[in-house]
Amino acid sequence: MKTTMNRRNLLKGAAAAGVLASPMLNTKTLFAQSGAFNWKRFQGQSIEVSLIRSPRGDLLKRHQAEFEALTGIKVGVEDIPEQQQRQKVVIEFNSGRPSFDVVHLSYHVQKRQFAKARWLAEVGGYLNDAQLTPAEWDRADVTQRGLDYATDDGKINSLPWSVDYWMLYYNKELFQAKGVAYPKTIDEIVAAAAKLHDPANGVAGFVARGLRNANVPVWTQLLLGWGQDTTTGNPPRLLTDTDDAIAAARVYQTLLRNSGPQGVAGFNWNEAQSLFAQGRAAMWLDGVGFAPPLENRERSRIVGKVGYGIFPAGPKAHHAAMFGDGIGIAAGSQKKEAAYLYCLWTTNKQMSNRLLQTGSGVPFRRSTFNDQATLSALTVPKDWADCVRGSGEIARAALPVIGPVTEFRDVFGTALTNTIGGADPAAELRRATAEFRPVLERSEQG
Amino acid sequence: MNTTAQQTAGAAIAAPAGAKLAKPRYHWFVIPGLLVTLAIIIFPWVFTVWMSLHEWKLGGAAQWVGLRNYVELASNQRFLESIWHTFYFTAVAVVLPLILGTYAAVVFHREFPFRGVLRTIFIMPMMATPVAIALVWTMMFHPQLGVLNYLLGLVGIGPSEWVFARHTVIPSLALVEVWLWTPFVMIIVLGGLAAVPTEPYESALLDGATQWQMFWRITFPLVLPFIVVAGIIRTIDALKAFEVIYVISNGGPGTASETINLYLYSQAFAYYNVGNASAVVVVFFAIIVVLSLVLLWARERAKWNT
Repeated sequence: MKTTMNRRNLLKGAAAAGVLASPMLNTKTLFAQSGAFNWKRFQGQSIEVSLIRSPRGDLLKRHQAEFEALTGIKVGVEDIPEQQQRQKVVIEFNSGRPSFDVVHLSYHVQKRQFAKARWLAEVGGYLNDAQLTPAEWDRADVTQRGLDYATDDGKINSLPWSVDYWMLYYNKELFQAKGVAYPKTIDEIVAAAAKLHDPANGVAGFVARGLRNANVPVWTQLLLGWGQDTTTGNPPRLLTDTDDAIAAARVYQTLLRNSGPQGVAGFNWNEAQSLFAQGRAAMWLDGVGFAPPLENRERSRIVGKVGYGIFPAGPKAHHAAMFGDGIGIAAGSQKKEAAYLYCLWTTNKQMSNRLLQTGSGVPFRRSTFNDQATLSALTVPKDWADCVRGSGEIARAALPVIGPVTEFRDVFGTALTNTIGGADPAAELRRATAEFRPVLERSEQG
Repeated sequence: MNTTAQQTAGAAIAAPAGAKLAKPRYHWFVIPGLLVTLAIIIFPWVFTVWMSLHEWKLGGAAQWVGLRNYVELASNQRFLESIWHTFYFTAVAVVLPLILGTYAAVVFHREFPFRGVLRTIFIMPMMATPVAIALVWTMMFHPQLGVLNYLLGLVGIGPSEWVFARHTVIPSLALVEVWLWTPFVMIIVLGGLAAVPTEPYESALLDGATQWQMFWRITFPLVLPFIVVAGIIRTIDALKAFEVIYVISNGGPGTASETINLYLYSQAFAYYNVGNASAVVVVFFAIIVVLSLVLLWARERAKWNT
């Protein structure tokens, strides 16, 4: 068939091409003109998400269908245990072609490492773009601490998702039996632990992590009572052998050596949890996420007897140690906008409320603690939620924002474990500081 | 065979004098094997050595440092201690299974009721997954809630801290290895016992030898080559041990049970120090080569004298 190109045919062709090409036009512009947020902009795309296996990750998986229905984006999730996930994402990022678009990260371990290597896409621009961030996401509702956690060198590299405040779990029954009141200061913790320690009856006055690496947050929580961090300045300089650091390590040693259970030098959170849940420890210092197992009759013998206490004040300051998780987008992702929608959904008000309600985590949002529907449907005691809210008011990051965080925790964790065995805290901290200083200096040069 | 084929075959067998011999073409067949060896053995090794000469942290650029990683390892207290921990753990985790496995083999070599069933039960630990076993032992080792201290209490022995104390952690970890791998030694030695001739025992009985004399003078020398083989395999396994230590103690308390493997793992996958980890691999390889030579020498010495 012969076709002749005349003006009419040309116009017809152009119109047809226009219809066909319309989905490829800049939807941003169209959306801006419509005035409503279009969650379906990236319908048909599929994204991969790398999650740490945790109650937080489980929550996302449980409600994933809602996101897929809302956006039309297909989500593939890989959730693996924390240590393995951290290793896997680093190796994949380093390869330059990560298999995931969205990544669950731990600020207290990976923030500096990810920022230095520029592995995450900056989301600050997206947050400021009304076409990519709906008004109801409500940036003003997110705590400043959360935004600070997600920011490095002035760039927001992820969205803050869940915060972990450290609290003092205590066994009300054991406290009442010995007529001990909840301690108001660190000194009172030491005194109460000594009074409650009853090895003859198999009860430890105090339990916390003694295992290398895992134990460092226990020490840094204590150190916050002196109002001190472990590093200062930029480039960071170590403050790990100061008088205050040594004083905090002495408290650590006293608590675990004199009032801790036998073998505590090898205890991680799970051994401590088992002991406390069996009613064999009067106090337990650890993260926020243990109310569900402690209030579960199948896993705990102290259901209804657990007190949730804001960590007491130290000699110079009053802080609750803070650690946090975020959710970010791989810089190498080809579907950054779709991935961003997933991050938005993860951290929106509804999912944040669910996070608190189920005790799966604590969102970096103010509104959650004022949401009566959430508070009245809590699956964990209200005391816990009150403790979380109170801890949030005095929260402070308890690990240094440096690249080699794991090495820091290993080196100082070994020193702390040695103190449980009787080593002098001052000598151990000085040795550890001397050992770690060149590692830190080298990491800052690299 | 047709005539043409016969002629061709004849010509090939009786080549005329002075004719040029056809070049053998079979060495082409070696090339795939060579390529595979190059790809999976030679290249990784050369690359590992190359990386060990760099300071390279994942996420950063590699920087040439020559032998600095090796020099630092030589004075790195943690690394040197990990070598000692490796040898200590290996010694206990090899010697005890050899003794107990040989004893079990001698016992199970004899006829007695339910021998087959008991043999099967005895070798069951060997079939279990090390990580699962390690998790079970972790719970058993718990100083307050574990069953081991409860059992000690039943016989009037005070509680132990097992893997939760520096001085008991390595023997406790080795205990798990002993439990896992004693059956393996037993199987090898049982194989050796089945091959032992009966005549020496008959003459020994006529000469009035005791059971111990028969074991020590006849059985042991005859099964020694098998014990050495079991020892070589166990040594290699114990040197490589990772899962049990990682799951139960993660090298702790402190670094009290950190073997070379655990140290290497920390360097590579916790600190992402690829250069330093590569240097550890090279040093560990050298240690294994030396140990293997010693073990091969021992095997030669233990061979039956023909």
